[in-house]
Amino acid sequence: MPKITFIAFDGTRHEVQATTGLSLMRAAVDNNVPGIDADCGGACACATCHVFVEARWADRMPAVSATEEEMLNFTAERREGSRLSCQIPITDALDGLTVSMPEGQH
Amino acid sequence: MTTAIAAHPADAAARERAFSLPLEAIDPSDPNLFEHDTVGHYFERLRRDDPVHRTHSPLFGDFWSVTRYQDIMAVDTNHAVYSSDWSQGGITIFDRPIDERLQMFIAMDPPRHDEQRKAVSPIVAPGNLANMEKLIRERTCMVLEGLPRNQTFDWVEHVSIELTTLMLATLFDFPIEDRRLLTWWSDVATAAPEIDKSKVATQEERGVELLKMRDYFTRLWNERVNAPPKTDLISMLAHGPSTRNMGPIEFMGNLVLLIVGGNDTTRNSMTGSMLAMHRHPEELAKLRANPALLDSMVPEIIRWQTPLAHMRRTALADAELGGKQIRKGDKVIMWYASGNRDDGAIDQPDRFIIDRARPRQHLSFGFGIHRCVGNRLAEMQLKILWQEILKRFPVIEVMGEPTRVRSNFVRGYTSLPVRIPA
Repeated sequence: MPKITFIAFDGTRHEVQATTGLSLMRAAVDNNVPGIDADCGGACACATCHVFVEARWADRMPAVSATEEEMLNFTAERREGSRLSCQIPITDALDGLTVSMPEGQH
Repeated sequence: MTTAIAAHPADAAARERAFSLPLEAIDPSDPNLFEHDTVGHYFERLRRDDPVHRTHSPLFGDFWSVTRYQDIMAVDTNHAVYSSDWSQGGITIFDRPIDERLQMFIAMDPPRHDEQRKAVSPIVAPGNLANMEKLIRERTCMVLEGLPRNQTFDWVEHVSIELTTLMLATLFDFPIEDRRLLTWWSDVATAAPEIDKSKVATQEERGVELLKMRDYFTRLWNERVNAPPKTDLISMLAHGPSTRNMGPIEFMGNLVLLIVGGNDTTRNSMTGSMLAMHRHPEELAKLRANPALLDSMVPEIIRWQTPLAHMRRTALADAELGGKQIRKGDKVIMWYASGNRDDGAIDQPDRFIIDRARPRQHLSFGFGIHRCVGNRLAEMQLKILWQEILKRFPVIEVMGEPTRVRSNFVRGYTSLPVRIPA
């Protein structure tokens, strides 16, 4: 079970043991990490599971799809490394991943 | 499972009818079904027997009804096939002549939609919401403190309209003394004189009122376009690169969108929240015992109420949907009010459960690129309202049945009599 750390907007660190095969979003939600709303439940249709991923991890996850790009386009704090966590499957290669979260999801 | 609905008189007969009519006779757009709140039975029948259903309606012509949660999600997230654009037909079941259609960004496809939405979305971004919280709370306290005691009054008028109109006036930096004009224009904008003449009797009359709205806002625009940029919606539109050159028709359309979007919907969720608590006293007891449940209660209210019953799309190409063949040009109605009661997606959907698992997974805000931009503001307004109610009023009695808007689009109330014991 890869170890993932979510850093909330206020700096609080939440460390979870993620389940391989499920999404990064589920790793947060299933472990009650606050700050990931996931309104659509993982359908890439709401952009409320927005996280920031450091560039060095990018090649260990699928590229941003056209749909994800469209949804990210409307997030309040879009920046380099913005991802929808529901679109990132947990693999062993993500062991040690740290992601940060925006001020809010909407 | 219809415990909540079946408690009401004459409802058994409506249910009997919904389940005995031949399928081809079912028209879920019939405004009577919404006014009497019996449409849920028809949706339940369609979800079971004909989830993507073709109707020929005397009022609205031929259209498809999409009634299941997952099918609605499939349409809402596929804007390449299912267009929102005003030039195709727009976002409601009504077919207006082309020169009467509102040109607003919710009724545009990319790329124009994206540009215009981005011009206004910062006002409801998380950081800005935090700035607004104090003001919303002060006003909510003021309105609640001023409510009559020991006498019956209308919750819609005194609370729901007042709070949402004050909020909207703030977002526009609109003269506060004229704020009820916003309420009026919102009602006029969603009025459909062909099914309800209580606001305006004809389309012409509606057009005249909307022109008054545009004239009023044009004055505000002219003041602000020549002043430095500020944080209100009019200033944002007047200075935004994608909106500052809007023509008068787009200006009017986007005003309607922002007024209705920020007003009618939250208003009816505020009233719906009072009604839901009245009908489910065990849930109110749970909330009073544990106010932390507000965080899940608020999205549950928005699901339970579903303040906009539908959104419309128009097919740009042939497509298959739920086993049916949709043809290019077909009108497709996503009935959010039905998808939010689909037991294939939501556990015990007819029950109001303030601590349900995954309360945010509902369709009331839509999904995909047109998803409600003000969703978190609406949730904050509802949360603050109930925080302040819980602090002040151990009892609010609902004194009678609500009256409902005669509309298959706005799912709302015109009155709800309540009383606060002294």
